[in-house]
Amino acid sequence: MSATKLITVSPSPHNYGDESVSKIMYRVIWALVPAFAVSLVFFGVGALIVTAIAITSCVAFEYLIAKYIIKSKPTVWDGSAILTGLLLAFNVPSNLPIWIIILGSLVAIGIGKMSFGGLGKNPFNPALVGRVFLLISFPVQMTSWPKAVEARWAYLDATTGATPLGLLKEGLMNGKPLSELMDQIPEYSQLFLGNMGGSLGEISALALILGGAYLLWKKIITWHIPVSVLGTVVAFTGIMWLVNPDQYIDPAFHLLSGGMLLGAIYMATDMVSSPMTPKGQIIFGVGIGVLTCVIRLFGAYPEGVSFAILIMNAFVPLLDKYIKPKRFGEVKK
Amino acid sequence: MKTFPKGGVHPPENKIASGAGIETFALPKSVVIPVAQHIGAPATVIVQKNDLVKVGQIIAQSSGFVSANIHSPVSGKVTKVDNFLDTSGYKRKAIAIEVEGDEWIDSIDQSEQLVTDISLSADEIVARTLEMGIVGLGGATFPSHVKLSIPKGKKAEVLLINGIECEPYLTSDHRMMLEKGEQVMVGVQILMKALGVDHAFIGIEKNKPDAIIHLTKLTADFPGIKVISLKVKYPQGGEKQLIKAIVDREVPSGGLPIDVGAVVHNVGTAFAVYEAVQKNKPLIERIVTITGKNVKKPANFRVRLGTPVADLVEACGGVPDNTGKIINGGPMMGKALANLDVPVTKGTSGLVLVPEPESRRKPVMNCIRCGKCTQVCPMGLEPYLLMTYAELKRFDDLERDQVLDCIECGSCSYTCPANRPLLDYIRLGKNNVSQIIRSRNKK
Ligand code: SF4
Ligand code: SF4
Repeated sequence: MSATKLITVSPSPHNYGDESVSKIMYRVIWALVPAFAVSLVFFGVGALIVTAIAITSCVAFEYLIAKYIIKSKPTVWDGSAILTGLLLAFNVPSNLPIWIIILGSLVAIGIGKMSFGGLGKNPFNPALVGRVFLLISFPVQMTSWPKAVEARWAYLDATTGATPLGLLKEGLMNGKPLSELMDQIPEYSQLFLGNMGGSLGEISALALILGGAYLLWKKIITWHIPVSVLGTVVAFTGIMWLVNPDQYIDPAFHLLSGGMLLGAIYMATDMVSSPMTPKGQIIFGVGIGVLTCVIRLFGAYPEGVSFAILIMNAFVPLLDKYIKPKRFGEVKK
Repeated sequence: MKTFPKGGVHPPENKIASGAGIETFALPKSVVIPVAQHIGAPATVIVQKNDLVKVGQIIAQSSGFVSANIHSPVSGKVTKVDNFLDTSGYKRKAIAIEVEGDEWIDSIDQSEQLVTDISLSADEIVARTLEMGIVGLGGATFPSHVKLSIPKGKKAEVLLINGIECEPYLTSDHRMMLEKGEQVMVGVQILMKALGVDHAFIGIEKNKPDAIIHLTKLTADFPGIKVISLKVKYPQGGEKQLIKAIVDREVPSGGLPIDVGAVVHNVGTAFAVYEAVQKNKPLIERIVTITGKNVKKPANFRVRLGTPVADLVEACGGVPDNTGKIINGGPMMGKALANLDVPVTKGTSGLVLVPEPESRRKPVMNCIRCGKCTQVCPMGLEPYLLMTYAELKRFDDLERDQVLDCIECGSCSYTCPANRPLLDYIRLGKNNVSQIIRSRNKK
């Protein structure tokens, strides 16, 4: 060998898998494509505008903050800002004015992510931080829901109506019997397909489950969080329904309505803001399930998934601290 | 299909040299024999410059319980006893010998005749492995007689033979099982006799079906030995993982295999034990795989120890142009060499020549808390956390979270999508924690 050849000397391992952060992010984005397609079908133009603005502004804010405020090398092409934008869009109505979306993106990226140090450091799901900020600041705009199909060619001027969850909450609060309200709620098969009012990406159970299956297959997520969230919701609402079917609606409705599936499959499973160990993830999931039900059944808001996830995000450091994986050769005490 | 349950990864196997039969490598012109080529105390040199030595003659003596004799692999004249660069990357004491002819000491039986009758008693076998300088040939080079001497109060119940070779690329054990199956079987029986156990399991991963079939066929003639085929998963060749996979026992944290009644030896070691006990032959040669994606002629050589590795690479067509890294051992746990002018030692299982693009690490990103490192850690540790503690020099936390259990398999670094140098930091942490524990015990 020639004496001058330069070779690398580094510690083992010398072999690396082909996973990367951006691959993971883009896979999650791919998994959300079916749900986006459904929202285009039902909400049309509005869905397109809102999503495009959210993604562009999230990417732009991340770039600007990294470059001019934190003064680090912007890493916007890792896909995580695109994903945050997409998820933020999925969690708002399709008739949201542009300036509100931009503000929400600024909060999601600026406060939710970059203020903690950027990728991987945020304790809370950034898209939900943005969403909850908007919900509290602009309750009117954030809860005027364009009607599916009817709103297809409209943006700001879309005809609006209540979501199934909203209908239910208001009716029950006004003392109407459940049986009467049931007539106003679309058939479950329509809910399953996504033919209802709601945030633009949360409507179609079918599309969300499809994407979830892809994520499971690609091992981006494990079953622990979605199953524990949904299982808890079914158990909780199921018991209430069995005890008092006149007052409480059945668990299937809860699964199919609002942000339940979007939250359980895509938001709660966000790697950065969920626990590391399977056991921790199950506790986390059960917590989200219980909180969601408490808010939905007894709270003032019709929907509680986002709040539940954010609250449980705060417990993640604690869960990671006290729940350790089973060590090999653990000495039994 | 059996395997160890927790963690593990499956890197591309790349066993490109698996079809290359074992070739006896030509005698080198000169050899360099380091006195520290096993775990434990370096051997004491007992020859001087200008001494004439024969093949098999002892040239450095074991200097403690955990140490090993070293024999001359060639005949010729000692030219120097000095510090030489070895595979560790350091200059350390070694004996240089210029080769003249190939004259063996008389006691060695050089015939290829298979000897199956074991005449030595258990104690004599242990003494013989000590005398013949046998060490673990899987890469760890732990003196074999130590593993055969069962401490008081413990009992060996089962012998496990490691034919896993879970490192990508390496094929020396595979070829050994195919070509020296009978000798390996006798070696296993010798080990069983030394330990006083009635059964032994040879673990082989199912990516070596020919070896599984061949050895299973041989078990008909060697009662008590069973071949277990295992799912392909790294690091199944780790002692603790192998024991868990085959007999479902967990070596306790900080403990040794014997704590659960198991003793593990490598197939190459079984072969060396056969030669030592039945042929009176010291450990003077071993099988070395030379391989890599661009290597012209990947090969498995039977080589005299002390042969410069550069000679072996030359025989395989030289270092390919775009080589960016040369690994002594496999790509998961091997050590990168800085120089090819180093000798083959008892622990050299192979050399992997890695092309330039694959030899560099990718840029490090923030941890995205994906948990994959924790999922793949076969020891149930939390690599991301250990790395953070090591970075912050939080040694108490490192110790509490059992950093010393890490077997340095590299599965965590291999898997991390953010390319974090987990094992680098964990190693640092381990060193610090061991030092702290040592100084604490002194007090
Ligand atoms: S922490 Fe140690 S034992 Fe665990 S995967 Fe990393 S190197 Fe292997
Ligand atoms: S594999 Fe890497 S990115 Fe994932 S948790 Fe471990 S250190 Fe973090």
